[in-house]
Amino acid sequence: MPGPYRETDLTEKVEAFLSDLKRGGSGTGPLRGSAETARETTALLRRITAQVRWSSAGDLMEVIRKEGRRMSAAQPSETTVGNMIRRVLKIIREEYARSRGSSEEADQQESLHKLLTSGGLSEENFRQYFTALKANVIEAINELLTELEGTTDNIAMQALEHIHSNEVIMTIGRSRTVEAFLKDAARKRKFHVIVAECAPFCQGHEMATSLSKDGIETTVITDAAIFAVMSRVNKVIIGTQTVLANGGLRAVNGTHTLALAAKHHSTPLIVCAPINFLFISGEILSKVNVHCPVFDYVPPELITLFISNIGGHAPSYIYRLMSELYHPEDHEL
Amino acid sequence: MNRCVVKDKRRSGTQDSSEGGADKKDNIEREKIEGKELTKEEKQRLRKEKKQQKKGKEKKDASLPQVSVAETAAPASQLKAERRARQEAERTSKQSKKGDTGQPATTSKPKIPPNELQPVVKRLPEHIQVDDPDVLKKLAKKLERQQTTENSEIQKIPRRLDYGYKVSLFSHLLQYSRKAPLTQQLSIPSAVIHPAIVRLGLQYSQGIVAGSNARSIALLHAFKQVISDYTTPSNEELSRDLVNKLKPYISFLNQCRPLSASMGNAIKYIKKEISNIPSQFKEDDAKKKLLNCIECFIEEKIVLAAKAIAKSSIEKINDGDVILVYGCSSLVNHILCEAFEKGRKFRVIVVDSRPRLEGREALRRLVQKGISCTYVLISAVSYILPEVSKVFLGAHALLANGYVMSRVGTSQIALVAKAFNVPVLVCCETYKFCERVQTDSFVSNELDDPDDLIVTRKGETQLKDWQQVPRLGLLNLVYDVTPPDFVDLVITDLGMIPCTSVPVVLRVKNVDLL
Repeated sequence: MPGPYRETDLTEKVEAFLSDLKRGGSGTGPLRGSAETARETTALLRRITAQVRWSSAGDLMEVIRKEGRRMSAAQPSETTVGNMIRRVLKIIREEYARSRGSSEEADQQESLHKLLTSGGLSEENFRQYFTALKANVIEAINELLTELEGTTDNIAMQALEHIHSNEVIMTIGRSRTVEAFLKDAARKRKFHVIVAECAPFCQGHEMATSLSKDGIETTVITDAAIFAVMSRVNKVIIGTQTVLANGGLRAVNGTHTLALAAKHHSTPLIVCAPINFLFISGEILSKVNVHCPVFDYVPPELITLFISNIGGHAPSYIYRLMSELYHPEDHEL
Repeated sequence: MNRCVVKDKRRSGTQDSSEGGADKKDNIEREKIEGKELTKEEKQRLRKEKKQQKKGKEKKDASLPQVSVAETAAPASQLKAERRARQEAERTSKQSKKGDTGQPATTSKPKIPPNELQPVVKRLPEHIQVDDPDVLKKLAKKLERQQTTENSEIQKIPRRLDYGYKVSLFSHLLQYSRKAPLTQQLSIPSAVIHPAIVRLGLQYSQGIVAGSNARSIALLHAFKQVISDYTTPSNEELSRDLVNKLKPYISFLNQCRPLSASMGNAIKYIKKEISNIPSQFKEDDAKKKLLNCIECFIEEKIVLAAKAIAKSSIEKINDGDVILVYGCSSLVNHILCEAFEKGRKFRVIVVDSRPRLEGREALRRLVQKGISCTYVLISAVSYILPEVSKVFLGAHALLANGYVMSRVGTSQIALVAKAFNVPVLVCCETYKFCERVQTDSFVSNELDDPDDLIVTRKGETQLKDWQQVPRLGLLNLVYDVTPPDFVDLVITDLGMIPCTSVPVVLRVKNVDLL
C-alpha cells in the first residue's frame, strides 16, 4: 500500500469529519449525540496513529495535538472531541512510560499535594523510540473504543438500582443516555415519565414518542409547567452535554430552572453521563453559547448524583476522576 | 299592624310545634312587644328547620366521596359558617328594614343556619370532579333543568365533551378541544341563550377574548345587553326572575370555558344587585339602575384600580432598572406604559412560553410605546436573570391563603428570581381576590387543548399522531399557583401589601359589601 495514497485517504476522512462537526453545530446537519461524536473521534485518532508516519511518541503527540486543535476549532461547544484527544494523549504517555519501564505511580497525580509539588514530569521529552509502542498505543485506543461503545449499556444496566415501581420521573429534552436508561428500567418496572419539551428545538417531543413506543407511560409538558408539576415528581433524571471539573454541568437550556425546582421540592436530581463527558474548564461560565442560550450552567450544589459507566458518584468526586483520565499537561491542547 | 299580627300567629303556631306547648297568648304578647327582631329570628328558625329536612334528604342522595370531603372540610368551614351566619343575620335585618317581602334569591350554595356551628355540606364545584360519574350525571341533570320552554320547544344547554387522552394526574379536570366549540351544538337562533352570550361563549372558547380583565369586562358588557333586552313576564318579579334567567347563561359560559375568579366575583356582585332591587321599582327604572351598577363596577374595580396601582408601582420603578415581565398582563403593560410616559428610564425583558406565546402581544404593545425590550423564552430565564433588577408579574387571582394563581410558568419565574435574589412584585386588583385556598397546581386548574403542543421542527412533526400512541399524553396547563414566600410584594388598589395579608383584605371587603 503506497504511503501517499494512505495519506490522502486519511486527510479526506479528517476533512469529512471536520465539516460534519461544523454542520452539526450550526443545527442544519444531523444532530449527533455526544457519544457518537466521541466514538468517531477516537476511531479517527486510531487511524491517524496507524497511518501517519511517526518515529517517537513526541511526534505522535504533536500530530494528534495539531489535528485535535483543528477539530476543537470546528465546533467549540462539542467538548467530547477535545476530551477524546486528551484521553488518547494520556494513553500515549502511559504506554510510553510503561515501555520505558518506569513505575506507574510516578506518572499519576495521586493527591492534590503531589499535583502542586511535582514538577519533574515536565522534563520528559518523549524522544525515545520503542518498536512496540505503536502496537501498544493502538491496542489501548481499541480498549478505549470498546469502553465507549459500551458506555450507554453500562449506564443503562444501573437503571434498576435507581428506579422503583410507580415512580414519576421527570426529564428534559432528548438524551440518548437517559433514553436507554429508562427503557432498560421499563423492562422490569412500571413507572411514569414526564418530559419537558425544551423549546425552541422541542427535542422533548422525539424523546416522548420514542419512550411511549416502548410502552412507557409518557406525558409531554411545556417548559413553563416544570415547577407546577414538580410537586408530584419523585426523581429528575437528565443527560448532559458536559460535566465540568467542579461537578457542575453544562446542559441544555432550561436545565438550571429544572434543577432549582427540584431543589425546592427536595427531589433528587440524577445526571446520566458517560465518563468521557468530563471537561476541563478554566473559568466557571454561566453563559456558554454562541446563539441564544443553547446551554445552561448548573452549579454542583443542585445535583444529587452522577451515574456514569463506572458507577455512581457524588458531584464532589468528579475532580478525582478528572485527574485519572487526563494528564495536566494536556489541559491546553 | 294587622298583617304583622296575622304573621305572628302563624309563626307562633309553628313555634308551638317546635317548643312543644308554650302558651299561645304569651307568645303573641311577647311578639307584639319585641316587634320586628323576633320576626327575624322566627324566620331564621323556620329556615333552619327547612334546611335540616332538606339536608336529611340530601345526605341520603349524596354520593359517598362528597360526604367524606365535606366531613374533612368541616373544621375549616366552621369559622366560615360563623362568618356567613353573621352576614346572613345582618343581611336579613337590612331587608326586613326595607319591608321587602321577597325571599333572597336562591344561590347555588346551600345557606348556613345562623348561630349554629354545624358541619357544612360544602359543595365542590363540578369542574374539578370530572372523574366522578355521579357528579357528571348531576351536572347533566342541572343543565336539563335550566331549560326554558319557548314555543313548546324544549331546548337544553349543551354539555361539552372531553377530548383526547387525559393525563392520569389530571383526570379530575375537563379537557376540551378548541376545534369543537360548544356553539356547534346549538341551533340557530337559540331560544334559550341570548345571542350576545352565545357570541361571548364562542369568543371565550376560541381564545379570542383572553386575560382575566378582558374576560370580565366582556362578560359585564354582555350582561348589560341581556338586561336591556329583558322584559319581566307577568306575575313575576324582576329581582327573582332575572337571576333565574341569568343562570343558564352562566352555565353555558362555564361550559365554553371555566369561569375565572374575577368573573365569579363580578357575577356575584350582579346577582346581589339584582336581588336588592326593591319590588316597587318600575321595570325601566330597575333596568337603568342595574346598568348603572355595572358601569360603576367596571369603572371602580377595573379602570380606577388600574390607575391607582400604576401610581403606586411607579414609585417602585427607578431609573436604570431592568424589569422582567412574563406573558401578557394588561395591568403590568399599563403600569409600564404609564411609567414610561412619566419619564422613567428603564428597559424591559419579556419572557414568553409555548404554546400560547402571549409575550409577543406584550412585546408589540411595549415596543409601540417606545420602550426598549428584549425577548426570551422561559427556558432562558436563568441565563438572563443576573441582569434583571425587578420582576413584575400579573395575577389571575389571589387565593385566601396567600398563593398567587397566574399563568403557568409564573411560579417558575418567581422561583428562579428568588434564587438570584431579585425582588418579585405582583400586581392585582382587589376584585380578583378569591376565597378559595389551594396549595398546588393540580387540584383545580384548566386543561387547554392538547393539540396546541404539536409543533413542526425541521420539517418533522413528531407528535402528529399522538392520539394513536397508547401511552402518550400531552399536558397543556393554563394556570399554576405561586407560594407566597416567592413573592415580595403585592400591589393592589388598596395599597401595597404582603402576600399574607390577602385574607385580611377579603374580610374587610366582605363586611363592606354588605
